[in-house]
Amino acid sequence: MILAKTGNEALAWAMRQINPDVVAAYPITPSTEIVQLFSTYVNDGLVDSEFVAVESEHSAMAACIGAAACGCRVMTATASQGLALMHEMLFIAGGLRLPIVMCVASRSLSAPLNIHGDHSDSLASRDSGWLQFFCETVEEGYDTLLQAVKIAERAYLPALVAIDGFILSHCLERIETFDDQDVREFLGRPKPNYNLLDYRHPILVGPATLQDYYFEFKRSQIEGMNNALPIIEAVQQEFRERFGRGYPVIEEYRCDDASAVVLVMGSACGTVRYAVDQLRQAGKKVGMVKLRVFRPLVHSLLKERLGRFQTVGVLDRADAVNSYGGPLFTEVTSVLYDLPQRPKVLSYVYGLGGKEFAPEDAVKVLEEVLAGKKAELVTYVGVR
Amino acid sequence: MAKLKSWRELPCGAIIEDLQAVRENKTGSWRSRRPVWDEKKCRPCYLCWVYCPDSAIVLKDGKVAGIDYDYCKGCGICASVCPRQAITMEKEKK
Amino acid sequence: MASIKELTQRAELFSKGHRACAGCGEALAVRQILLAAPQPVIAIMPTGCTEIFSSIYPHSAWQVPTIHTAFETAAATASGVETAYRFYKKLGRMKETVYFIAFGGDGGTYDIGLQALSGAVERRHRFLYVCTDNEGYMNTGIQRSSATPLGAHTTTSPAGTKIPGKTVHRKNIMEIMIAHEVLYAGQTTVYFWKDLAEKVAKALAKDGPSFLNVLVPCPLGWGHPGAETVNIAKLAADTCFWPIYEFEDGRYKINYEPKEKKPIEEFLRTQQRFRHLFEHPDGKEVIAELQRYIDEQWTLLHKKQVALCTP
Repeated sequence: MILAKTGNEALAWAMRQINPDVVAAYPITPSTEIVQLFSTYVNDGLVDSEFVAVESEHSAMAACIGAAACGCRVMTATASQGLALMHEMLFIAGGLRLPIVMCVASRSLSAPLNIHGDHSDSLASRDSGWLQFFCETVEEGYDTLLQAVKIAERAYLPALVAIDGFILSHCLERIETFDDQDVREFLGRPKPNYNLLDYRHPILVGPATLQDYYFEFKRSQIEGMNNALPIIEAVQQEFRERFGRGYPVIEEYRCDDASAVVLVMGSACGTVRYAVDQLRQAGKKVGMVKLRVFRPLVHSLLKERLGRFQTVGVLDRADAVNSYGGPLFTEVTSVLYDLPQRPKVLSYVYGLGGKEFAPEDAVKVLEEVLAGKKAELVTYVGVR
Repeated sequence: MAKLKSWRELPCGAIIEDLQAVRENKTGSWRSRRPVWDEKKCRPCYLCWVYCPDSAIVLKDGKVAGIDYDYCKGCGICASVCPRQAITMEKEKK
Repeated sequence: MASIKELTQRAELFSKGHRACAGCGEALAVRQILLAAPQPVIAIMPTGCTEIFSSIYPHSAWQVPTIHTAFETAAATASGVETAYRFYKKLGRMKETVYFIAFGGDGGTYDIGLQALSGAVERRHRFLYVCTDNEGYMNTGIQRSSATPLGAHTTTSPAGTKIPGKTVHRKNIMEIMIAHEVLYAGQTTVYFWKDLAEKVAKALAKDGPSFLNVLVPCPLGWGHPGAETVNIAKLAADTCFWPIYEFEDGRYKINYEPKEKKPIEEFLRTQQRFRHLFEHPDGKEVIAELQRYIDEQWTLLHKKQVALCTP
């Protein structure tokens, strides 16, 4: 069915089709509408879900964990300060291996306060053990959320699906949605690895551990994340077969004979595509590499795909305050370090607090990347 | 104590499935004093049983039968609540 | 209601082998509550003494399904668990009655967990929240909480040469819960095993949120021999430091009237955490204020009992 939906509306629509067992959520700009729309679905009897209007995001994740520990399919939505507030709970969800799925309308972190889109919130939680997907368009957000439920349940890892705050969350797009029944069949039912409510086989969830066991539990959890990529690729394949479209984990746009490329996540991919086309028209051999999955960090794929270029410009929509380049930059350079022949990698931080990243900005970045060098370590695009 | 498991042997998610394993922890080794129960003085009122934080008062056939010295920590609550002074605290022999 | 003999027939759902201190009031409360509760029970606990002494991997003293997530989350996690149960019930996947008991210390209840408790109760989840109150953050080494009484020594309200212990009275968590209109609120101590069992049964029979505040003396934190835990739990009621009462259907009811109301000094003398009050120059004033406060609250409680019983 062709529909006109904003990012929030599309994700809420997907949630309606997913029909999760329990949703515990708290409103925060720019994700609020997802929660509002879902509440309406609940009160109109369009879903079977139980909705818990919790009193903070921290309690939202705690309630999600409680319900997921009982084997329920659980979802929530948040952004920015809300995601930051539930920070400790994210690690707990990861350690308990619960396949909670969360929509994030990516937004900057205070201070100062800003309600607009950047990747600071999700990237600040990169060590929490959550799968992380970054979407370029509203339709991709819709698709990715459907896939994320299946991926999370197979990998026994929580997953977050990020759509850029306001840029995608509030942007109306023509999307093609799927049939409710098809979605249900695609997802099937979860196979939880434990159920707290099975009182005939009582267990304890979330013990304390001492020096003798903590590291071993973490090693086990890390292995789960290490094994996630094949699951992601399998689900993506199943999705493509059933629904007729899909996105690779890494997409190359006009990179075949490119000597310089820009690596980017999220909505800015669209802007970069446009800029690449402009430069290609002028005969410049540039391309874009779109990264869709940030966690797990797909290092073998990154090595394989990025290794051959002369220069890679990494666009970060977040900053780690005096690390050596932006977050994605540090992860990518780390991955490429061991290659016998590796590209020059340049760090660009753009669009913080929703600052516009216009096609002209993208063109400038591409041209500089093509030139292969710049004066400073990090270029803060568009900062006065 | 049971042999330490390797990471591959751990469950998926931090959970405990074996709820009997706690019995390995014989807290009786903590004692510096031990309760001594005088069967002759006891008229089962069960106060020692209901007030023991470690469930270390042994019951048999509906009557108090003694102390579970494997787990008794020697706190002395039982001795202090017994209305008949049927339990006295003595120094633990090592 | 069960006699003590009947209680002895029930399954021990809090196993020996846990790592609580010798004479721990909190471990005793958890054991007594699980003995008294109808089954099946799902337990939810925050980080705290109970969590640590009952669940160090691979040992769980709990013989019922139990979940721990974080420090401030007992009520929020319980909300999620209870919601999952409601979902399964709605779909017909579960039909039987299951009881949810969240156990929190005073830290996880009065302070860091208060928001979650308030939210869960406001949303009317069907669960019992038990606060095992030992009047301090004991698990981290005896720091003051908002449940710590006036004048008590803790490591963050120390009995100093200038300032003798905590300078403000404790919070009234029962009034907070009553203001939230919980369906049942009860206060007791580990001495009153029968009263505790009755309160647990009453609370769990409610189709909504209920609350129990159980005083659990802490030998290490309060500074008394482990053997005295139960005796001190009785003295707390005999001095009216800890009124034994309940609130149900809009009425206050005092469940225990001491035959002879003892002066607070008798209670204070049993514990090292108050010893400085008998030596410090301002000590007498603090003791007098404690006595005044206790008398005032006790009188007020009687007034409330009468006021709401009168048509």
